[in-house]
Amino acid sequence: MSKHLLRVENIYKSFGDNDVLRGISFHLDKGETKVIVGPSGTGKSTILSLINMLVPPDKGHIYLEDIDITRTRDVHKIRQNIGFVFQDFGLFNHLTAKGNVMIGLTKVKKMGKKEAEEIAMEELRRVGLENFADQYPAQLSGGQKQRVGIARALAMRPKLILFDEPTSALDPELTGEVLNVMRKLATEGMTMLIVTHEMGFARTVADELIFMEDGVILEQGLPEKLFTNPEHPRTREFLFKLTDLYNEGER
Amino acid sequence: MFLGSLLEGLQKTFAIFLANYPALLRGLTVTIYLTIITSIGGIILGTLLALGKIYGNKFISGIVTVFIGLIQGTPLLVQLFVIYYGLPAYGIRLTPITAALISFTINSGAYQAEYLRGSIQSVSSGQLKAALSLGMTRWQGIFYVILPQALRRVIPSWTNEFIYLLKYTSLAYIITAQELMGEARIIASRNYEFFKTYLLVAFIYLLLVLLFTRFFRRIERRFTIPGFEFKR
Repeated sequence: MSKHLLRVENIYKSFGDNDVLRGISFHLDKGETKVIVGPSGTGKSTILSLINMLVPPDKGHIYLEDIDITRTRDVHKIRQNIGFVFQDFGLFNHLTAKGNVMIGLTKVKKMGKKEAEEIAMEELRRVGLENFADQYPAQLSGGQKQRVGIARALAMRPKLILFDEPTSALDPELTGEVLNVMRKLATEGMTMLIVTHEMGFARTVADELIFMEDGVILEQGLPEKLFTNPEHPRTREFLFKLTDLYNEGER
Repeated sequence: MFLGSLLEGLQKTFAIFLANYPALLRGLTVTIYLTIITSIGGIILGTLLALGKIYGNKFISGIVTVFIGLIQGTPLLVQLFVIYYGLPAYGIRLTPITAALISFTINSGAYQAEYLRGSIQSVSSGQLKAALSLGMTRWQGIFYVILPQALRRVIPSWTNEFIYLLKYTSLAYIITAQELMGEARIIASRNYEFFKTYLLVAFIYLLLVLLFTRFFRRIERRFTIPGFEFKR
């Protein structure tokens, strides 16, 4: 029995000649928020796809509470425990905000309509969108869409939520409202694994920071340590550059 | 002079209608019956074929592709003849109406499969990924997320298909199914007013097409997803 909620062990993955991940290991405890940072194209999003079993690894294991999810056959049952928030929101266009949050409850969890509706409204309230329940995705702003995406993931009562660059498709004005929701979830004890370029957010919210480059983890540890006194020169270069670029060091 | 003869012609045409409206109405009923049943049958068959072609394994997808190719590559009239005149050789005897229903449904299904395939593929792949991430199985994702969006997008093509069927069911008269065109032929062969009788029938078809087009436009609007309205 391990006490970790999620264990990623020595994962390798390549697409053709491109070795995207070359031996990735880390773990996530219940209630923990970890943020993966690093340059583009270093396999950060691929890790999330692997944990959500959208692609299988070439080598290595991923355990969710001692179940090896890379070896399981009931993939869709495992996925019910893992929420996913997409960069492009992935809202179902033909359903209202409420419908988007409800569909997983009614179709996957086979919940009654009334109960599902109550939970949906509760989660929409949690992300501050109770007044937008009957709006369709095309009628919402990007920030609102992403908050519906988060509410949809939350409604399934997942053991952890994966965030794949949740604010990359948003302009800075809308980024804040999404980050605020995520910050609130972190303080409420939600277990989250987040890929993001928002350094200010990473620094203040993450329990631990994972710095990746070229398919390997160069360094992981407390955000304060990585930001102020990193061991690896590449970590220093990357984090300082981004912090300078966005002038977010003080945020 | 010209106006006078035109008016007279119209009067005579109307007289033909009055003299024969029970038969015309009977034919009209058969035409509408054929069209509605075969278009709905075509939707169901087309949906199954499209799903088989896109999501089926290599074997199923291959069979569907060959089937659609065969149907699209041969004339509708030939298909009608094969089913009505060809099948009795194997002990399957069909009434003209049943033969028409079957061949029009198969034909329409093949075409509708291609319409639907296009619209399924136009729904972004991220939608299925999002469905999977909620814990849906692939087929749940297809039925609850992909199809509801794809079926909406295909309504304009289906309007077209319905109108094609409305007119092409007139071919059924050749195998003696008494639909509108069949009745018209009988009427004309009795009164010898071929031009006016067929003109009258053409007018009835035109009226039907206009009526159903309006009806489907309304359905299209009714099912438009808010935020996706077409704006000039």
